[in-house]
Amino acid sequence: MAFRTSTDPALSARGRVLSAGFFVKLALVGLADAFGLYGVLTAWAIGQWAILAFLVAVLILVNWAYFSRRAVAAKYLIPGLIFLFAYQIFAMGYTGYVAFTNYGDGHNSTKEDAIAQISEQNEVRLEGSATYPLTVLAQGDQLAFAIVDDGDVLLGTADQPLDEVRGAEHQGDDVTSVPGWQTLQFVDIASRQDEVVALRVPMSDDPADGSLRTQDGSTGFVAVPVLQYDEESDTFVDTRDGTVYHVSDTGNFVSDDGKVLTPGWRVGVGFANFTSFVTDARMAGPFAEIFVWTFAFAFLSVVTTFALGIFLAVTFNDSRLRSRRVYRSLLILPYAFPGFLSALVWAGMLNDRFGYINVVLFGGADIPWLTDPSLAKVSIILVNLWLGFPYMFLICTGALQAVPADLVDAARIDGAGRWGIFRNVTLPFVMVSVAPLLIASFAFNFNNFALIYMLTGGGPNFVGTPYVVGHTDILISMVYSVAFESGSKQYGVASALSLLIFVLVGIISWVGFRRARRLEEI
Amino acid sequence: MTMRRSIMMVAAIGAAITLTACAAPADGGSSSNPDEKLTLWVDPNRYVEMQPLVEAYQEESGVEIELVEKAVEDIGPDFVAQVPTGEGPDMIISAHDGLGEWVKNGVVAPIEFGDKADDFLPVAAAGMAYDGQYYGVPLAIENVALVRNNALLSDTKATTFDELIAEGASAGTEFSVLIQQGEASDPYHMYPLQTSFGAPVFKQNADGSYTNELALGGDAGHAWAEYLAKLGRDGTLDIAVDGAVAGQAFGDGKSPYIITGPWGIPGMQEAGIDFTVLPVPSAGGQPSQPFVGVSGIFISAKSKNPVLANDFVVNYLTTEAAQDLLYETSKRSPALKASADKVTDPIIAGFNAAGAEGAPMPAIPEMSAVWGFWGTTEAQIIDGQVDPIAGWDALVQNIQAAIDAG
Repeated sequence: MAFRTSTDPALSARGRVLSAGFFVKLALVGLADAFGLYGVLTAWAIGQWAILAFLVAVLILVNWAYFSRRAVAAKYLIPGLIFLFAYQIFAMGYTGYVAFTNYGDGHNSTKEDAIAQISEQNEVRLEGSATYPLTVLAQGDQLAFAIVDDGDVLLGTADQPLDEVRGAEHQGDDVTSVPGWQTLQFVDIASRQDEVVALRVPMSDDPADGSLRTQDGSTGFVAVPVLQYDEESDTFVDTRDGTVYHVSDTGNFVSDDGKVLTPGWRVGVGFANFTSFVTDARMAGPFAEIFVWTFAFAFLSVVTTFALGIFLAVTFNDSRLRSRRVYRSLLILPYAFPGFLSALVWAGMLNDRFGYINVVLFGGADIPWLTDPSLAKVSIILVNLWLGFPYMFLICTGALQAVPADLVDAARIDGAGRWGIFRNVTLPFVMVSVAPLLIASFAFNFNNFALIYMLTGGGPNFVGTPYVVGHTDILISMVYSVAFESGSKQYGVASALSLLIFVLVGIISWVGFRRARRLEEI
Repeated sequence: MTMRRSIMMVAAIGAAITLTACAAPADGGSSSNPDEKLTLWVDPNRYVEMQPLVEAYQEESGVEIELVEKAVEDIGPDFVAQVPTGEGPDMIISAHDGLGEWVKNGVVAPIEFGDKADDFLPVAAAGMAYDGQYYGVPLAIENVALVRNNALLSDTKATTFDELIAEGASAGTEFSVLIQQGEASDPYHMYPLQTSFGAPVFKQNADGSYTNELALGGDAGHAWAEYLAKLGRDGTLDIAVDGAVAGQAFGDGKSPYIITGPWGIPGMQEAGIDFTVLPVPSAGGQPSQPFVGVSGIFISAKSKNPVLANDFVVNYLTTEAAQDLLYETSKRSPALKASADKVTDPIIAGFNAAGAEGAPMPAIPEMSAVWGFWGTTEAQIIDGQVDPIAGWDALVQNIQAAIDAG
């Protein structure tokens, strides 16, 4: 191979320079490869194929993007896209899947699990039967139980009822050996536990005598199934009175007269979760109220914080005001405190009996700030105003610097008053840069779970609703209550509601951004 | 130059692969032996108390049990969520009131306990049963009682709760009787008073098991709600006084009486208080019945080691030796009759006397709908935020609606 010199124009145009940056990239991609391969090998070892496929795809993508010459945009976007997929898109997809099922209390797992559990829960001890010290024996793959009854050793398998076996030795009630069978010790049983526990040895040819079973490998007892599963017809039959339980659409076994067997299992329920809030008479009214209040809360939060923020920004922008830096620093303080902390402190201050507001500022009045439905809403807006105006103050201060001073002077010469200047010159320029942030603030407040949860916990509760929801609940805190707090956990309904919120916020944001784009044409 | 670059690239990739190769074997090894080791979820107190038993069992049978510490309120919900995935624990130790929900969700396995049930106290064995099957082995029972600080008051002559408040006030301290509250009040600690008005939460069958018919409404419930409002107005009850505040206040000698459970005793002993445990006097005329909670051990329905778990739970933990050892480490009232008889501690005897007529905590699934509404309503009544009768009626309506929906 001919060596090319470094002065060759073809090489310097085509070859890559080994700069420090290249080594950094190599190191980082090498690190990413190392972690990725580690993950792939681990996923292989524990059999998680979805994760394995995802990691392999990511590794190929990363290596291609960073070592290829052409995919410049991909080099910037890939890390963000990977995490977007893993933490957002996958979560959304799974939520969407759950929203169409009835996953929740009573419908916790799969049909196989439910059938196994119903059979297990409905196998009862035969009345008046004894317990026997039991020995587990094996012959190749087949297992058998042996007990001592009346001095005789009885042995039986799943297919063969207990029968006397000759030539077996026993010591008291313990069977020590049976010819042709290997006695399993505790250690051997430990490696075949599922088989041992699942084995049922008929006591005799009559099924009413029950079967011998064991749960701990050393004691056997006689059990009869009260509910028997018939695989062909996919039903449970009650052995005592013959009631037949069929599969229903809602993931339960139901008898003809309406008795339901638990546990049930997860089934798809189509759009039932989405309509449940509107069709359920007890929830329809409160749901509509909560829906409207969510929009109102988000909108009012944005409007009030922006109004106060821009007012203060304009005021403090005036060069005639002294020690502006001090004032500005003080005004940022509410933003510096963690929101959770502030909300809790405000909840304490607004307490109607011991709170600072009532006791000191109102001289002992008993104003029910957080317990009256309307006042609670007002309190929430005011606390959010306190929490949010520094942010608006900051961004408006920044945006104000972009307002051309000569336009303002021109307006003043033309005779516009302060309000006229503000409305016609200042505000349009500020809105160009701030409008996207207002939309983002609206989306944030639409889902402002922390404030509602910490300040009022949902507020004075509605009477007569099946879930614990109140007058100051917004959609997202209602989802939380439905999923976790209202006794029976309803993940399917909560997921459907989450999807609804996502669609709403998405539409509003999209519409908002399109209108904001028009503002840029100034 | 091209050749040098490719060599470096190969070298770098080789280094990356070597790094991963070093890490991989460590991972492959640990996942190859899921058997032979049982996982048991316990709360922080039980984590310490169960260590000697687990060690004793390991010596006896060679089976290793790993204790995993979890927060008390997380054990139940996490158990329900994780068992279907197959990655849940083999056993858990928890209070029995979640049992109905666990059976409904199919996450606990029934155990064959029938022969040994007679060896246990009836209320303990009843707590482990649901719908005719046993699901766990009881370890300890507990209930709240009245504790008196003997330094402040040496004798209790009161026979009703009102007399008790008056007696407590005569000690001249900041509080007369401490019953811990909080933002969501504490219906558990106040249950003995509520039942003394004849307003238990659910109706009971003749054999003691619970129906899902609410019984805390009606005139009895109204009488209790009005009494609650009175206690709030008089300042006997205060939402600002939560569990931590109440325990601290009693330890500092700010009250002659407190209603608490055995968990509060170590704190009192540390503070050097000379105390006596007494039954809670009636407030409404009927006997006061505190909730009796049974702490038990349950086996997961999808445990990968059912035989080992059953051997530990049914064969070892039901023996007198194990229950005695547990009593030594935890000082909680044992569930086994033989062990309970051997207990001479006057504190435990006092709690047992208070709980002699106690009502087992309902384990039916409908109970979870009750707690959320119950506490917040009682807090609102005590705080005077809502009219007692209206508030209590709203509570009954809300709970009934939640039960009908779920």
